[in-house]
Amino acid sequence: MIKVNRQGEVWVFAEQHDGKLEDISIEILGRAGELASKLGVKVAAAVLGENVAESAEKLIHFGADNIYLAEHPLLGYYQTCSYAKILCEMINKYQPQIVLYGASPVGRDLAPRVASAAKAGLTADCTDLQIGDHEDKKSGQIHKNLLLQIRPAFGGNIIATIINYDRWPQMATVREGVMPMPLPNVGRKGKIIRHPVHLTHSDLPLEILREHKREKKVNLKTSRIIVAGGAGLGSRENFRLVWDLANCLGAAPGATRAAVDLGFIDRDHQIGQTGTTVRPSLYVAVGISGAIQHQAGMNASQKIIAVNSDPTAPIFNIAHYKIVGDLNVVVPMMIKAIKERA
Amino acid sequence: MAYNCVVLIKQVPDTKRITGEAMNADGTVNRAALPAIFNPEDLNALELAIQIKEKFGGTVTAITMGLPAAAKILRESLYRGADDAILLTDKRAAASDTLATSYILSCAIKKLKYDILLCGRQAIDGDTAQVGPQTAEKLGIPQITYVEQLIELNNQTIIVRRNTGAGWQEVKAQLPVLLTVMDDANEPRVGNAKRLMKYKDVLAPAEITPDSGIDIKELEKKGLLIKQWSLDDIGADLNWCGRDGSPTKVHRIQSVVLTAKESKTVEPNQAGITNMIHELIIDKTIS
Ligand SMILES: Cc1cc2nc3c(=O)[nH]c(=O)nc-3n(C[C@H](O)[C@H](O)[C@H](O)COP(=O)(O)OP(=O)(O)OC[C@H]3O[C@@H](n4cnc5c(N)ncnc54)[C@H](O)[C@@H]3O)c2cc1C
Ligand SMILES: Nc1ncnc2c1ncn2[C@@H]1O[C@H](COP(=O)(O)O)[C@@H](O)[C@H]1O
Repeated sequence: MIKVNRQGEVWVFAEQHDGKLEDISIEILGRAGELASKLGVKVAAAVLGENVAESAEKLIHFGADNIYLAEHPLLGYYQTCSYAKILCEMINKYQPQIVLYGASPVGRDLAPRVASAAKAGLTADCTDLQIGDHEDKKSGQIHKNLLLQIRPAFGGNIIATIINYDRWPQMATVREGVMPMPLPNVGRKGKIIRHPVHLTHSDLPLEILREHKREKKVNLKTSRIIVAGGAGLGSRENFRLVWDLANCLGAAPGATRAAVDLGFIDRDHQIGQTGTTVRPSLYVAVGISGAIQHQAGMNASQKIIAVNSDPTAPIFNIAHYKIVGDLNVVVPMMIKAIKERA
Repeated sequence: MAYNCVVLIKQVPDTKRITGEAMNADGTVNRAALPAIFNPEDLNALELAIQIKEKFGGTVTAITMGLPAAAKILRESLYRGADDAILLTDKRAAASDTLATSYILSCAIKKLKYDILLCGRQAIDGDTAQVGPQTAEKLGIPQITYVEQLIELNNQTIIVRRNTGAGWQEVKAQLPVLLTVMDDANEPRVGNAKRLMKYKDVLAPAEITPDSGIDIKELEKKGLLIKQWSLDDIGADLNWCGRDGSPTKVHRIQSVVLTAKESKTVEPNQAGITNMIHELIIDKTIS
């Protein structure tokens, strides 16, 4: 357990696999830098692995002032216990005031283990992070400059802001795709602080026998335009309309959970609370009602076109272009208009 | 080789069916206003435990921390195949966050014999997926998260397949171990009619009011009393329980209202749509 300290840095756990840094860590680093400058402290990244010097360099370019580096062959593969042990040692030694993790499968496996060992608070799956004050209603005491950990709760029906003020570090996992990627600056300089690693085989209680990596069928996060279809398409055959419109826009095809569950398209395409979070320049929602869990994954899109035959569909509350009509008529008209453009 | 499985189960509000009104002013949930259900992935954890018992022998104990009403999911566990059920209920445990919850659960689990602990991957009220890993840490045992298949269990060694998000891994561990189980792992069975008849009158002491005319001793003799433990019974240190034991606090709750800044209604005809596409080309949204 570490004490409340106002000089502590803002840290990001930098997730890497085979020496390749995950995008989510860079996204968070961007926001961590903003939080740190509000607090007037440094921003740092904790990097654990084998042969990860390159990742360390990259993190400096993306904004890290300090890198806490633990390099060891036994850290080559992610394992909960070994990573938690080293990260806890680092936290105890350097006393950061904030530690952020990606809400990736690894982040969500590691962070609770670290939080439990450090007896610290942890908020899962944040969609926003800010610095702000909190008044304790009972004592009237005001806690200044806390990490406001903002996340949807109750199936997306509410947005809760969580804080912790009496036990540090303040920790959160952050959803992928909700924070914009910062731009790199290759001239940036930072400091690398090496952390000695002492691990034994008892720190690695799991044996990884086999591993299978699946290529993602679609990269929704980097697509500038997304055409997403919902249950309103009616069948897998009719979902072709979404593919066709996406093809002529150079867009990635997305879907609601209902469309995925109905077998219209593969789960890799699911957008929303339990799918991918996206923020494209243009989002075309076809036959999608706009349930709160779907909106959670796409409402940061710059422009939204909604096609739905039901004028009361909630998707229209967030659409910039509202087309009330039958998608079987409207989508072919859109394809025609795009193909005929000058 | 028989295995003792302990399954952590939680009663949760059915978040699929709530509207914004179910929140109290202080940001906590008005659970009374919502239908309470067995957390879906905890059913997958229970199913896996029952399958282990059927194949290898041993016992299945379901344990939940919650209000007296949570005894309902313990009864459901007995209908499905659990041998024993424990209700952890204590007013001083209220407002526990995941850290305090895992501390309390770990104190209770320390009183039990276990080889395999099973949790759902996450609970649908908070979607945190934290209680499992935190409980494992408190007990000093390894965790295997996102389990989608049991491959082998042999002589205190377990092999499972876990979902890594980008594919899968097969991992091996020595027992004891904690697993968090995904919904893909199995199809949970429904209660069995014979077991339902056997356990339908099971109650937890906290559910029995003095004027109900039910004799607790009598129930216990018939094996129809759910074990009920307080924080004192499990020797929990109150500093780590409830509100005081919870580092995270609610700062603010907002209901979700999302609206676009400007919006245009487009006529669903070719002229309207062509116009819209033109606009998007001009402002360079479409290239
Ligand atoms: C815990 C939880 C997590 C969830 N996570 C996600 C998630 O990540 N992503 C997600 O998308 N959902 C998620 N959901 C499900 C979500 O609540 C909705 O059920 C789902 O988004 C609905 O999908 P839909 O809009 O395709 O289907 P529907 O709600 O059935 O909507 C279909 C729409 O199509 C319209 N339509 C029908 N025919 C036509 C036509 N011919 N022309 C034009 N319009 C037509 C209808 O008017 C209707 O509005 C989650 C739910 C829960 C409880
Ligand atoms: N109060 C509780 N009692 C028993 N088990 C719980 C409780 N809270 C959480 N769990 C277990 O921990 C898992 C993850 O919960 P959560 O961290 O809330 O998403 C659940 O699926 C349950 O198996």
